[in-house]
Amino acid sequence: MTAAHAAPVQPLTLAEKIWEAHVVRRAEGEPDLLYIDMQFIHEVTSAQAFDGLRLAGRTVRRPDLTIATEDHNTPTLDIDKPIADPVSRTQIETLRRNCAEFGVRLHSLGDANQGVVHVIGPQLGLTQPGMTIVCGDSHTSTHGAFGAIAFGIGTSEVEHVLATQTLPLKQFKTMAVNVTGSLKPGVTAKDIILAVIAKIGTGGGQGYILEYRGEAIRNLSMEGRMTVCNMSIEAGARAGLIAPDDTTYAYLKDRAHAPQGEDWDAAVAYWATLHTDEGAKFDAEVTIDADALTPFVTWGTNPGQGAPLGDVVPNPADYADPNARQDIERALAYMGLTAGTPLREIAVDTVFLGSCTNGRLEDLRAAASVLKGRKVAEGVRMLVVPGSARVRLEAEAEGLNEVFEAAGAEWRFAGCSMCLGMNPDQLAPGERSASTSNRNFEGRQGKGGRTHLVSPLVAAATAVTGRLAGPADLPALQEV
Amino acid sequence: MEKFVSHTGTAVPLRRSNVDTDQIIPAVYLKRVTRTGFEDGLFAAWRTDPEFVLNKPERQGATVLVAGPDFGTGSSREHAVWALQNYGFKAVISARFADIFRGNSLKSGLLTVVLPQETIEQIWTAIEADPATEVTVDLEAREVRVGELVAPFEIDDYTRWRLLEGLDDIGLTLRNVETIDEFETTRPSFKPATL
Repeated sequence: MTAAHAAPVQPLTLAEKIWEAHVVRRAEGEPDLLYIDMQFIHEVTSAQAFDGLRLAGRTVRRPDLTIATEDHNTPTLDIDKPIADPVSRTQIETLRRNCAEFGVRLHSLGDANQGVVHVIGPQLGLTQPGMTIVCGDSHTSTHGAFGAIAFGIGTSEVEHVLATQTLPLKQFKTMAVNVTGSLKPGVTAKDIILAVIAKIGTGGGQGYILEYRGEAIRNLSMEGRMTVCNMSIEAGARAGLIAPDDTTYAYLKDRAHAPQGEDWDAAVAYWATLHTDEGAKFDAEVTIDADALTPFVTWGTNPGQGAPLGDVVPNPADYADPNARQDIERALAYMGLTAGTPLREIAVDTVFLGSCTNGRLEDLRAAASVLKGRKVAEGVRMLVVPGSARVRLEAEAEGLNEVFEAAGAEWRFAGCSMCLGMNPDQLAPGERSASTSNRNFEGRQGKGGRTHLVSPLVAAATAVTGRLAGPADLPALQEV
Repeated sequence: MEKFVSHTGTAVPLRRSNVDTDQIIPAVYLKRVTRTGFEDGLFAAWRTDPEFVLNKPERQGATVLVAGPDFGTGSSREHAVWALQNYGFKAVISARFADIFRGNSLKSGLLTVVLPQETIEQIWTAIEADPATEVTVDLEAREVRVGELVAPFEIDDYTRWRLLEGLDDIGLTLRNVETIDEFETTRPSFKPATL
């Protein structure tokens, strides 16, 4: 078969290759009909979709390409007891009923594979290179770390995929995000993505799939790559992806749903073709120098309003554009911050370690490495919420829970928790958090709550000092 | 889905940019399992302020929202669209919408119209000067009309046709079910399945 070895007629970007491989139907003047390899389902955005199916007398076309879990609205304490809030309980029970009725596999609270939907997909090996993956959740972009086109959709589209296993979509544009050089110690994937968003803005990625490239990206673990891709949506992008490589294959090998035997070899042979061709053109390109990065934190009310930890709160008066000035003034008023205050002087009440951004084992290990032998500051509450039940079990097997508890942090059950403040884990009005999650919107973590987005290392150091801090700011531990 | 051809109504000026979906409807309001009843959660945090524009007596009954740029950023919650519709809005005008929100709105029949920021400023001026000013969002003619102002907007032919006819997307796709069947036969065996 010489055709398979022929040079590509036209060089393509990675995103274009995956897209082309999934076009079911293309017609002039219509969106492409794209095949969807996997849909993840959770309780908050699916009930109305299942209702729609029932009303129209439709079924789930491919329950075998669908999987559900409970995460957004589940408690992180007392998970063996009925959910106290009746409305929340109804939402969870509705998911259970829908999954039973339509034959969809569900990992419920208490199951070892329950957890944040974007943590369990990769963990089960269901997220693989070259796939199209959707979920009624904007952080579906996380799965792009494996070289998949993965994006969040609304409930109408959830229903569409349930009924047809396809979506009508206009092709996304492509943007290369080159992260050159290498990260200094203490600087992580979270700092890369916060710096990218600060650079291109919350609307900068609109309509694009971002492809993260360059040495600093290649050197990231799969966990780090997931953190980067996860927050693509915060730059307004439809998705973010990274070409698969040996790091990807090593992560996937022997996972529950990874291909086995000959299928594995066939899969790897295909995955090895999944990269942007030499000479392929992106619609846009940006470059970030990893060598110049330091720990990055947000000071405002959208993820683009961030700065290096060593900076000060910006001054609206420095901005000529009246809209930009007004945005910053409004953000500072909401956040209760004064221009010129060093970010390191900002005191927090709560530290949240968890979420689909930073709730994986590597994140817990990073935070535990800082907290080991130290204490959470007086008056600061620290919540550690593993991204999945399995992450929790793995962390316990390593004794990480003991490190957190000895430091005075709370060790919780898995779920989205304080990332979006839907369950009882919320900030009180005026309370301030350092959070490893992905959104610092007004009220995101509870009405009136104030959020600073940080990496797990910064979260742990901040818990110790009670003010925004990096591990390098902590006094060295005494030898005992 | 209900047809959308043209709509005329009074409008609310929302002079804010980056109105994310957590502002449009906070997560605690997302627990319902219906598509209705979300109006209580619309802009919930801001509505506790009597001075918030939506609370003004002269804005009651308005059906067109005219917002700052980057409206609907953040979460994929379609509840944000339902909350706006449940409250009574038929159309939202902004210089830029977040992609998922825009997609959701056009699937649910809430018309989202993109106009240049300078045109938005002109509309804000007009509707602030006289809250009774009527705004017409004409999908058939692809234009917004406010008094003397006529602002053309772009929307792709396919989406426009779907909205004008009130067509169900799933029904349209299922017309091609044989093509989907055929595509599935070419799927490599190494791709994962959950069952």
